[in-house]
Amino acid sequence: MIALSDYLIVAAVLFSVSVAGIFLNRKNVLLLLMCIELMLLAVNINFIAFSHFLGDVHGQIFVFFILTVAAAEAAIGLAILVVLFRTRRTINVADLDTLKG
Amino acid sequence: MSFEKFLFYLFAVFLIGAAVMVITRKNPVHSVLFLVLAFFNSAGLWMLAESEFLALALVLVYVGAVMVLFLFVVMMLDINIAELRAGFVRNLPVALVVAILMVAELVMVLSPERFGLKHYAAPAPKPADYSNTAELGMALFTQHIYAFEIAGAILLVGIVAAISLTLRRRPDTKYLDPGQQVQVRAADRLRVIEMKPEEKA
Repeated sequence: MIALSDYLIVAAVLFSVSVAGIFLNRKNVLLLLMCIELMLLAVNINFIAFSHFLGDVHGQIFVFFILTVAAAEAAIGLAILVVLFRTRRTINVADLDTLKG
Repeated sequence: MSFEKFLFYLFAVFLIGAAVMVITRKNPVHSVLFLVLAFFNSAGLWMLAESEFLALALVLVYVGAVMVLFLFVVMMLDINIAELRAGFVRNLPVALVVAILMVAELVMVLSPERFGLKHYAAPAPKPADYSNTAELGMALFTQHIYAFEIAGAILLVGIVAAISLTLRRRPDTKYLDPGQQVQVRAADRLRVIEMKPEEKA
């Protein structure tokens, strides 16, 4: 039988891979957004696994809301990215220094 | 090894493999396509955990809508990939060290000794007439109705924000104001004049 730890370890490896992805592609906003999606997916796997093994449907409710918020976040993030590309002709994080922060 | 276990390892291996491909591909279009593969395989994992509704919602909503949105944006932007890839090799050792450390620490905590079958026994399979959608809907529309409404409002805000961010009015486009269009009356366009018929000589 599949144990809870199997699910948790898969999610942990997925989360670590996406953290490594943020390190590797830290100049490309598009890849950063994709890595955030992967991280949310890893978290969702944890919720689903605990929901299954504890017999509690509320874990799935959480996943439902995380999916909703992640979809809205992706839509707004990509819209900002399109506007950014239109005005600056680049999506390189290093070039986004207009605010001089 | 049972068939379930075989499926679990198949989905898990493809999920992690697709995730690695997402972060290492040169072309962002390939990255998005591997991300789609990753979502499909995690939907398979969720199906194994008897969360059928969310697994299908992930494929329909996430792969069908959000990933297609990603794909559109990736193809629309004319980006210089070589410039964005600079520093990939330089960051590789740091990324590997951080990832391996995180995996090692998490596996130590989430080891089968603490979260194995001994502590969390596998639940009995649900009966054939069990509906995951019905149970989820019951909890969603009774206990969590306020959160559900707020989620709807968040999606509405997302729509409005995305449209208002990307909408642009260019002065040179041939654009008709619909308000002015519907206010037009016949008298604005057509002038009826009276004139006497010409008599024949």
